[in-house]
Amino acid sequence: MPSSGYDAACLPDLLPLYYRRLFPFAQYHRWLNYGGVQKNYFQNREFSFTLKDDIYVRYQSFSTQTELEKEMLKMNPYKIDVGAIYSHRPNQHNTVKSGTFQALEKELVFDIDMTDYDDVRSCCSAAEICSKCWTLMTIAVHILDRALRDDFGFQHLLWVYSGRRGVHCWVCDEAARKLSVAARSAVAEYLSLVKGGDETVKKVVLTDPLHPFIRESLAVVERYFPQYALHEQEILSRKESVDKVLALVPEDVRKELQQDFKNEMKPESRWKLVQDQASRKQATAKKGQHFEKEIMLQYCYPRLDVNVSKGVNHLLKSPFSVHPKTGRISVPMDLEELDTFDPLAVPTISLICEELDRPRAAGGGEESEDVKEKENEKDAAERRKIRVTSSVSLRENLQSFRLQFPPEINKTKREKRENPGGLKRRRIGQNAQDNVSRTQTDYKRTSLAKYVKYFDQFLDGLALSWKGELLKKSDLEKDF
Amino acid sequence: MQFSGRRRKVITSPQVELYGQALQFYGQPPLENMSLSEFESFAVDRLKLLKTIENLGVSYVKLSDDYKRKLDNESRNLNFPYRPDAVPDDRKSQVGPSEYEKRRKDHISHFILRLAYCQTEDLRRWFIQQEVDLFRYRFNGLQPKQKVEFLHKNNLQYDTISVEEKKTLQDKLVNSSHNVSGITVEDQDFYKVPFQDALDLVRTRKVYLKAGYVYIPHQDIVAIVLNDFRTRLSKALALTARSLPAVHSDERLQPLLNHLSHAYVGQDYSIQKNVGKISLEQIDSLSVKSFPLCMRQLHQALRDSHHLRHGGRMQYGLFLKGIGLSLEQALQFWRSEFIRGKVDADKFDKAYAYGIRHMFGKEGKRADYTPYSCMKVILSNLPSQGDHHGCPFRHSDPELLKQKLQFYKVSPSGISQILELVKGMHYQLACQKYFELTHSIEEASFSLNHPNQYFIESQRVLGGGKDIKREVGTPQRSQENSAARGSTTDREAAAAANAAKDLPEMTEDLDSFFQDA
Repeated sequence: MPSSGYDAACLPDLLPLYYRRLFPFAQYHRWLNYGGVQKNYFQNREFSFTLKDDIYVRYQSFSTQTELEKEMLKMNPYKIDVGAIYSHRPNQHNTVKSGTFQALEKELVFDIDMTDYDDVRSCCSAAEICSKCWTLMTIAVHILDRALRDDFGFQHLLWVYSGRRGVHCWVCDEAARKLSVAARSAVAEYLSLVKGGDETVKKVVLTDPLHPFIRESLAVVERYFPQYALHEQEILSRKESVDKVLALVPEDVRKELQQDFKNEMKPESRWKLVQDQASRKQATAKKGQHFEKEIMLQYCYPRLDVNVSKGVNHLLKSPFSVHPKTGRISVPMDLEELDTFDPLAVPTISLICEELDRPRAAGGGEESEDVKEKENEKDAAERRKIRVTSSVSLRENLQSFRLQFPPEINKTKREKRENPGGLKRRRIGQNAQDNVSRTQTDYKRTSLAKYVKYFDQFLDGLALSWKGELLKKSDLEKDF
Repeated sequence: MQFSGRRRKVITSPQVELYGQALQFYGQPPLENMSLSEFESFAVDRLKLLKTIENLGVSYVKLSDDYKRKLDNESRNLNFPYRPDAVPDDRKSQVGPSEYEKRRKDHISHFILRLAYCQTEDLRRWFIQQEVDLFRYRFNGLQPKQKVEFLHKNNLQYDTISVEEKKTLQDKLVNSSHNVSGITVEDQDFYKVPFQDALDLVRTRKVYLKAGYVYIPHQDIVAIVLNDFRTRLSKALALTARSLPAVHSDERLQPLLNHLSHAYVGQDYSIQKNVGKISLEQIDSLSVKSFPLCMRQLHQALRDSHHLRHGGRMQYGLFLKGIGLSLEQALQFWRSEFIRGKVDADKFDKAYAYGIRHMFGKEGKRADYTPYSCMKVILSNLPSQGDHHGCPFRHSDPELLKQKLQFYKVSPSGISQILELVKGMHYQLACQKYFELTHSIEEASFSLNHPNQYFIESQRVLGGGKDIKREVGTPQRSQENSAARGSTTDREAAAAANAAKDLPEMTEDLDSFFQDA
C-alpha cells in the first residue's frame, strides 16, 4: 500500500525535497500562463500559502516560473491555494488606489466534499472515506462532467482529488474564466438538486415535467444505485436506515411499504416494491409522485457548495499541493479511469520522496531534455510560428523568422552540448522573457509520473484553444 | 424650461419622442432644468414606490393578482405610469397629471435615485433588485405587440433555430419548461441565446440548455430582457459612482442624497446602542424570551454541538453585536462555547477569532458589518447540510417546524395559524405571529423586518413599555463607524422614528423629515 507511513512531523523535511525535485513547475506554469495570450495573466494571479505553524499569507504573486520556484523553495508552504487574476499584481495591491484593485477572472471551480453527505452515508462520517462511500464522488464526477460539457459547452475540465475527502473541478475554458459572479452562481444552482440543512427532511423535490438535465443525471445514478445504496450502504436493510428512506415517501405509501417490508427482507426486492408503488402513483397522474427518483437523488446526487463556485476571488487548493493531514498529493484524475480511481492509493509525499532514492526502474539511459521538450518553449515557439505563417510573402517570412528567432533556444542547444544527460542545472537569474528554467523529470521515476502525464495531456488540449486565440490576435494586429 | 403638460399630436417636440414608450431602459439621462423641490419630491415618491415593491415582493408571489393590484394602486397614488396606454389620448378628461408627465417623473426620479444608490455594494444591490422587479411588472403589463416593439427598439436580436432543429429537439424543449407544449414548439420561433444572457432561466432550470445555449420560445423572452436591464443598470451605477464627487460638491444635493440612501433600510441596527448592557449569563434566558425563532435555533444548535458553521456564525454573531455585545464579550462567548467542543483554545484563536473581529470591523477592510435583516436571512445564503442558519419559517420542513413550536409550548391553534402563513409564504408575518403568541399579546404594534427589531420590541413588551426613544438621546458610544455618514444624530432620529411603524407611517415621517431639513 503506497502510503509509506506518512507522518506529518516529517513535512518540514519532505517539502523542500518535493518542491526541489518533484513539483511539476514547468507544467504548472504552462497551465496558469494560458499560452501568454493575455498580458500579465500569470503575473497578476493570486496565490496564497499556508506556512509552518498555520501562518497564512495572501496576495502572493510571481513574475516568472523561476520566481515562483524560488519563492516556494524559500517559503516551503504546507498548503498552496490558487486565487483569481487581478487588475494589478497582487503582491503590490497595497500600492494601488483603494477600489481599483479588483479580481477580474478565474477558472470556474467546484468543490465536492464528502462531509456534506454525512446524513446519507453509514460507513463513515466527517473526514473519513472508504471505498464504499467513494462511489459518491464517482457519481458526482460523472454527472457534473457531463452537464458541464453537454449542457454548458465547456471543454477543458480538470478534475483533481483534494487529498482527503473530496474532489475539485477546474473549468479552464476562456468563457468560464470570464464569467461574472451572477453567472457562476446560476451555473451552480442549475447543478443543484439537493437542498436544505439539518432541519429539512426531504431534500429533493421533483415536479413535472422532468427537465432533461434531471433525466440525464438520474440515468447516471441508476447505474450505481443498486450496488452502492442497496448493497454497500444497506439503506434498506437495517431498521433505522429503512425508516429514514421511508420518511421520504408520501404517508399512505409509507404505511403500505412498512407492512410489505415485514414479509420481504432482501433489499433489492424491497426497492422493487418502492418502485412499483411509484409507478402506480405516477399512473394516476397525480402531481409529482416521483418519490423513488427523489430517494435515489437524495442519497446519491452531488452536493455542491455554491459559495465556492460563486466568488471570482475565491481561493481553492492548488493541484499538486500536499494535504498536510494525509500527506497525499492533490492529483489530477483521469476520467477514463474514473471508476477504478482509489483515493487511498494516491501517492503520499513520503512515498514519492522515498521512490526518488530507489534505483531507477526500467527504461534506463540518460534523461535528456529531448525526451520531453520544454512545454513553455514549445508554446513560445508556437507563437512565433504563427506569426511566421500568417505573413504574405515568403521573403518576409524568412526575415522575420530570423529576426525573432530567440536566443533562448540557442542557449539550450548549447547547454545540451555541454552537459549531455547530466544533472539539471538550475538556471537562476534569467531575464523575465525566459520562462524555461529547467524541466524536472525526476517525478518520472515516482508514482507521481502518471498523474503528471495526464496533466500534460490536459494541457495539450487546452493549448489548442489558445493557439486559436493567438492566430486570431495576430491576424487582427497584422503582426507578422 | 416650462412644459405645458399637455401632449398635442401635431407638435412633436423631442421630449415627446423621448417619452413615446411607456417603458424604457433608462439609457439616456434627463437633460432639463428643474426646481429643487420637484427634484426632492420626485425622488421621495420613487423611493416610496420601490419600498412598496420590496415589501410586496416578500409578502406576495410576484406578478400574482394581489401583487399587481396593490402595485397598480401605489403607482397611481404616486403619479407614476401604471398601465401603458395603448393610445395616448389627452382628450380623456384626466384630473391628474398626463401620461407624459408620469413618464417624465418616472424617468427623472430613476436617475436621481441612481445618484443616491450607487455608492456602496449593498445600496446598489438593493436598488437594482427593486428596479428590476418594477421593470418586470411593467413589461408584463405590455401588450404582446408592444413587447415586440420594445425588443426591436432596444436591439435585442438573437438567432432563431431552424424548423428541423425544432423537430429534433421537440421532446427536450417540451420537458424543459412548464409553458412549452408541443404546440408551442410548432407555432413559435425559438431563439438560441448564450446562457450568460439568460441567467435567471438557467438558475431555475426553466429552459433547455445545450452546449452553452438556451432555447427560448418567443413568449418567454422577458427573462432575457430583465437580465439585460439588470446588466445595463449595474454598469450604469458603476459609472455613476465615479462621477459622484462632482455631484457631492453641490451642497444643495448632498444632504438630500445622503438622507435618501440612509432611509431605504430604516433602522439597520448597526449602531450599537447598548454596548455592554447585556451580560453573557443572560443570553440563555434571553434566547428563550426575546430572540426570534431563527436566533433561538442558532443559539440552541451552538449550545448543543459547541460549534456553528460559517453561515450560522455570521447570522448569529452579527445579531449579538446588534443587541449590544461588545467585541470582548463576543470573543469570550464564542471561545468558551467552542472550547467545549472539538476546538482547542489555540485553534480558536487562530481560526475563529479573526472572523469575529472581522465582524466588528477590526480586520480586513474594516467595514462595520450590519446585522442581517429578515429579507437577507430569508433570501440569501440558503442553508445546506449541517447548517442551522436561515429563517425557520422559510427553510424548515413544515413538520419539523411544527414539532419545534410544540416543543416551545406554542398553542395548537397558534401553530396552525403560523403554518397557514408559512404556506402562503408570509414568513415575516409568521414570525410576527410567533411573537404575539409567545408574548401573549393580541397584536404586535410593529411590522417585523429585522431580527434585532424583534429583540428590541420583545424587551420593550417584557420591560413594561420602556420607550425606545429615550435611548436615542444618549450620546453615541460606538466607535466602530467606518463609512462616512452625514449627521449621525439626524439619521438616528429618523431611523428611530421609523423603527416601530408601518410602511405608510414610515414614509410619511420621511416626508416630514425632508420638509424640516
